[in-house]
Amino acid sequence: MNAIVISALLGVVMMFAGLLFKDSKQVQWAALIGIMILMGATIFDNQIISTQGSKTYFNMIELNSFTSWFNVLITFCAMLYFFLFHKQIALVGRNEAEYFALMFFILSGVFLLSSYSNLLILFIGIEILSIPQYILAGSDKANVKSTEASLKYFLMGSFSTGILLMGITLLYGATGSFDIMSDKFTAQFIQVDGMSSLAIVGILLMVVSFGFKVSAAPMHFWTPDVYDGTPTAFTPFMATIVKVSVFVAFIRLFHFSFGSVSHAWQVTIVSMIALTLLIGNVTAVYQTSVKRMMAYSSIAQAGFMLFAIFAVNATSWKAITLYSVSYTLASLGVFAVLIKMKDYTFDGFNGLAKKHPVLAITATICLFSLAGIPLTGGFFAKYYVLMAAVEQGSMLWIVVFAVLMAAISVYYYFRVIMSMFFKQGDAELIEQPTTIEKTLLIINAAMIIALGILPSVIMK
Amino acid sequence: MLLIILILVPIFGGLVSFLSKNNSQLPALGASLFTLAATLFSAFTYYNGHTPIAIDLTWIPSLGANFSLNINSGLQVLMLALTAIVFPLVYLFLNNKELENKSTFYGLMSLAQAGLMGVFLANDALVFYIFWELALIPVYFLSSMFGGENRIKVTFKFFVYTFVGSLLLLVAFLIIYNHTSNHSFAWTSFVESGKSMSGSMQNWMFWLVFLAFAIKMPMFPFHTWQPDAYEQSSTPVTIVLSAIMVKMGLFAVIKWLLPILPLGVLHWTNLVTILSIIGIIYASCLAIVQTNIKRLIAYSSIAHIGLMIATLFAQNQLGTQGVAIQMFNHGINIMGLWLIVLAIEKRLGTQNLNEMGGIAKLAPKFTIALVLISLANIALPLTNGFIGEFMMFNGLFQSTSPYHIAFTVVAGLGVILAAVYTLGMIQKVAFGELKNSQVVFADLSINEWIVLIIIMGIILWLGFYPNVLMSLVS
Repeated sequence: MNAIVISALLGVVMMFAGLLFKDSKQVQWAALIGIMILMGATIFDNQIISTQGSKTYFNMIELNSFTSWFNVLITFCAMLYFFLFHKQIALVGRNEAEYFALMFFILSGVFLLSSYSNLLILFIGIEILSIPQYILAGSDKANVKSTEASLKYFLMGSFSTGILLMGITLLYGATGSFDIMSDKFTAQFIQVDGMSSLAIVGILLMVVSFGFKVSAAPMHFWTPDVYDGTPTAFTPFMATIVKVSVFVAFIRLFHFSFGSVSHAWQVTIVSMIALTLLIGNVTAVYQTSVKRMMAYSSIAQAGFMLFAIFAVNATSWKAITLYSVSYTLASLGVFAVLIKMKDYTFDGFNGLAKKHPVLAITATICLFSLAGIPLTGGFFAKYYVLMAAVEQGSMLWIVVFAVLMAAISVYYYFRVIMSMFFKQGDAELIEQPTTIEKTLLIINAAMIIALGILPSVIMK
Repeated sequence: MLLIILILVPIFGGLVSFLSKNNSQLPALGASLFTLAATLFSAFTYYNGHTPIAIDLTWIPSLGANFSLNINSGLQVLMLALTAIVFPLVYLFLNNKELENKSTFYGLMSLAQAGLMGVFLANDALVFYIFWELALIPVYFLSSMFGGENRIKVTFKFFVYTFVGSLLLLVAFLIIYNHTSNHSFAWTSFVESGKSMSGSMQNWMFWLVFLAFAIKMPMFPFHTWQPDAYEQSSTPVTIVLSAIMVKMGLFAVIKWLLPILPLGVLHWTNLVTILSIIGIIYASCLAIVQTNIKRLIAYSSIAHIGLMIATLFAQNQLGTQGVAIQMFNHGINIMGLWLIVLAIEKRLGTQNLNEMGGIAKLAPKFTIALVLISLANIALPLTNGFIGEFMMFNGLFQSTSPYHIAFTVVAGLGVILAAVYTLGMIQKVAFGELKNSQVVFADLSINEWIVLIIIMGIILWLGFYPNVLMSLVS
């Protein structure tokens, strides 16, 4: 609960920081100190929950051990993002204080999404998460693509919000309650036969709106344009931290409340998985820009995370935690190198290994993790999601299909590696990486490998 | 602890090689020699009394995965010894040769060795899988960085092929794991779990597991990556690929397929045997018409492996022992052949057989090595290749399959064809007219000669006295 309040307050403080500090460096420092305070707050929350057990606030928010631990992890990732990208964030436009403020508001939405117990909070969380993103997407005002991304995201986003509201309304109509933990609510979802058609349609609408937010096919069309058009400093934040927190909201509702009627919605999820993996991976192969490739890769990775929604068991929760963290770390690492490049195409990376071995090697470890090579966090992330699906027992074909798609993903991830290591070229950077940045990248890569050796350290 | 050293020392040597500026071969060589000593020590420990050596550390308790290694069979000893012998000999052979990006080369080679040692030591499915994949990564980089013009494309094809297989293997392991009664990755649990599956389930599980191994070995028709990859990789890397990595596939069949899915294996035995025998004939015929020496040896390797697969699936003791012996000997012989190729490449700068000839007059030492190793490759009696091949044919003949006679006869043709292409190769390389009179073909340098003498020594020693191998695998 502290984290939610403090993140919102920090957002307000950061807005005023723009007035107080004239120097961009000072604003950046304020943001970095802010995120560290937030980190402390989530750790404090986690401490309280682990000693006193789950806590419910106003029948709206329920913090349990999973949620509070997830908040710690996601805030840690956000902190890493701030440290890696703060300079580039400040370079996007003149309003750096506002960008940081918006991101603190987004984090507040993230915390609401990970701990809601009431559909109203879910709705508010999704909106707090989304509206600042529309602004961030369009923050590079001189760039038409950025404006296009913002408008596209806003239009499609509002549309999905409408569907979400409709879904919530129908669920309310079926159950007479917004509280997903209450007996009144869960009583409607004990077995498929007893469900009203209102409830079934409501669930499906929820699937669609969540699917939109996590960019699952066929609701993924906005993703490549938005991720590509958004200033590169913000894309990793949107593609990782925001996305995985929506997944946590997704799994929370579907496993807590709709878990016993999984037969009603699993087929929909499975078709979404198949389509998402197919479209994400196959389209990524044809990209020439690494940034756009990463956008499609984020669709493909969402396909894997959907397995955790599909399989209703305890392994799914472990899987979603590990997948969130390892996917986030790996993507941040790739984007941190990408943002240094002058040319975002694959050819722009030619010969990077010779000129900047640290950048090339850390990026390679991140790409290995995204491809799911052992000894990286990405391997165990994929391991756990597939394990969850195998434990589920039904529809094993989708697991085989998924690994075949993972083999396709090797193609586009390794294209970057091939450019960096095996091709001759003169990879040009915008600016030389500082020692601090290199150290951060090495730490990031080391964490990915640590997760590949001992994944159990971050799973509760 | 001894077993962990076998993996850790090469990793350490590799890391030091990466960081060292000059003489980066020294850490790699030192580590590989140390590993060789440790391997021989553990081999003797096992040999004297057949006591298994094992280590079992808790790794991820919530998964039931242990970091578990062991030496429990003669086959494992042979494979570890092969790996431990190949690397130092390759380093020694390369000693006085110019090399670009030396530190990267030796670093990656050492890491590859660590991965391979892990594959042969693993006694836990998850550990096995991780090493199985890890061995591939350094080899992927090695093949892509050093080698012919098309190396990047060709190596990538190889990587994707094997990666698809590996991922399906992962799914299979997940299913078997989920089926274990105690949720454990231990080999014994896997055997128990796999055996308890129904016949129809084993039938489709078989392919999920076997595909990975079939691609790696490679078995016809999954071999298409292999000739290209062998040709385009630089020859020291080809040695790693063909002397050791293809043995991973055979080894895995013996340890991770035959005991785990017995009904599935039985169901598909005829198909696999027929495919591998087609592979023998097909690859031998292609080997005859090759003009590129590396492709010739590549196809000859497919043919040899084909016989080993067919014998493995005959599933009798004599044949399986023969395969174990042949896996070791084939590794030694093919390494010798590749080293010969490497020596030719360095001197003539070509892989085309038609541009060679008459070397015998200029380089007697070289020719002795070429002839002896080639003869071992076609399993002439009194060379090491003979005993294994003899046992394999014997085993294949005793197969319970109704077609066992046909299998043996057709596979036997492979021996004749092997003589055709191998002797043809000797003739084209060493005898006949000297093709390019400007070329001065220097005979073997001291370090090359020492390495080849060691290899020839092993060939003759095991040819005269195969009992060493026999008592190890029985």
